[in-house]
Amino acid sequence: MIEIQNLTKHYGPIKAVNNLNFTVEKGEILGFLGPNGAGKTTTMNMITGYLPSTSGTVKVCGYDIGEQPAEVKKHIGYLPEIPPVYTDMTVKEYLNFVSDLKKVARSKRASQISDIMETIQISHVQNRLVGNLSKGYRQRVGLAQALVGNPEVLILDEPTVGLDPNQIIEIRKLIKGLGKEHTIIFSSHILQEISAVCERVVIINKGEIVAIDTPDNLSRNLGNVTRFLIKIEGPQDDVTNVLGKIKGVLNIECNSKSQENVFKYTIDSEKDVDVRRPIFFKMAELGYPILELQALGMNLEEIFRKLTTKEGESVELQDEEKNAKIQDKQEDVELQKEKEEVE
Amino acid sequence: MLAIYKKELRSYFYSPLAYILIGIYILMFSLFFRGVFSTGRPFMYGAYLYQYSFLLAFILPILTMRTFAEERKNGTDILLMTSPVSVGGIVLGKYFASLTVFLVMTVVTFIYPILISVYGNLNVMPMISCYIGYVLIGAFFVAFGVFTSSLTKSQVISAVTGIGTLILVWFVNQYSYLFKGHLLAFANWISFFFRFREFVQGLFSSRDLVFFFSLTGLFLLLTMIVIEKRRWSQG
Repeated sequence: MIEIQNLTKHYGPIKAVNNLNFTVEKGEILGFLGPNGAGKTTTMNMITGYLPSTSGTVKVCGYDIGEQPAEVKKHIGYLPEIPPVYTDMTVKEYLNFVSDLKKVARSKRASQISDIMETIQISHVQNRLVGNLSKGYRQRVGLAQALVGNPEVLILDEPTVGLDPNQIIEIRKLIKGLGKEHTIIFSSHILQEISAVCERVVIINKGEIVAIDTPDNLSRNLGNVTRFLIKIEGPQDDVTNVLGKIKGVLNIECNSKSQENVFKYTIDSEKDVDVRRPIFFKMAELGYPILELQALGMNLEEIFRKLTTKEGESVELQDEEKNAKIQDKQEDVELQKEKEEVE
Repeated sequence: MLAIYKKELRSYFYSPLAYILIGIYILMFSLFFRGVFSTGRPFMYGAYLYQYSFLLAFILPILTMRTFAEERKNGTDILLMTSPVSVGGIVLGKYFASLTVFLVMTVVTFIYPILISVYGNLNVMPMISCYIGYVLIGAFFVAFGVFTSSLTKSQVISAVTGIGTLILVWFVNQYSYLFKGHLLAFANWISFFFRFREFVQGLFSSRDLVFFFSLTGLFLLLTMIVIEKRRWSQG
């Protein structure tokens, strides 16, 4: 659907984007992750044909942006960082203008616009001036604009910036829903967002791709250790002692007491050794029931930091140890949030 | 192009700008007209049109100052540039919308020749000739204003640059004594004042038509080049 080959953009001596290569399949939601100034917006501007590239090609639906820009533009809906709305128009007038601009057939126009307003939930403000709407609503109007003409590809540049937490969750849900019918590239520097919405992630830093994979694979492959969270009913000292003797276990930390005689442990094990079975049998033998066992991947935050900073691994590991408890708590909170979102 | 034309025209007439500019122009035009009229001496309407058309050099750059500067400032140019519309289409859409407002302004001034023909004698042919010159000059000023608007994000800078340049060129005959040789020839060639005089005398030739058409076309083309160029160089 979208093929990007050797895409490069120089601003004078500065390489804003250097030799990007990736493809996005039909119906995929691709996360585009990177720190501020990594080249996300520049790349998106090149995909949509707003900026020409210094070298390299972008193909959307088989059309080359350099050779057939009009064809490519017909297939793309773009929400830039700042929503391109005219403050002197009402929402409906604005969407009508965009339909006109994108050459939507006159007969389909009215029904399409009302459908979009329904999906984005802006029907109730359709007769208000865009200039009088709040930032969140303007962002939604911008998103509505990208949907006009029902393009196959949606390019969304940080669509949740500046929104309040409720709006962020709403917009994420919306994007996830849109992903069923559209191919989406979605940029953000917020990590939870990417892992909540995207099936695949491209991480870029200083204009270059540092990783492309699914969030799960990234967390699995990039860690040096496999980490588990385990909840066992039994005396703490005894359990720690026994766990420490199991082959492959590198480190055990007792995090908290969750009930009387029930403790939570974080276990790091060697990457290639599966310690779950031995732990199970050992605990069964001793009569200490395992109440919970969970594999903890390295979260995106850690991966991101690892990939986009030059800090050595040792520093990273120290940090990890220090932050282990805090992170566990954060993960719990995130899990809860996700559960709430699903509900 | 049509989509942009309609949107621009709409935003002119939904905002007070078009009304204020048309109002002020007609007010000034009328006051000056009354001044000439009340002397009681016979005069040519065409000559009057000719004398006061420099007002356009103030009004039209203000009319066109927002065309591109505002889009860039609000980041809405990105919408236009990523839509299946060519840069040429965008520039022409905006140009024709501004031109339409100018033509509305012109049509309102028709009230004076009508009054003259009711209460006195109007020389129709020279008047038509003068209106042709007047519209050609206006069409060029609009193109120039659109061009200055494409150069900057600031509407004020766009208007000031436009007005300043047009006034300088309008009165080039006043200070052409500063020039010699080729420069003087160029000053006389570029002088709208001299050009327009041909229309007043009913002596205009295809040369004058070509002059205005090509100057208008040139600045519309330059506008397109400026916009394209910026795409390639901006950071």
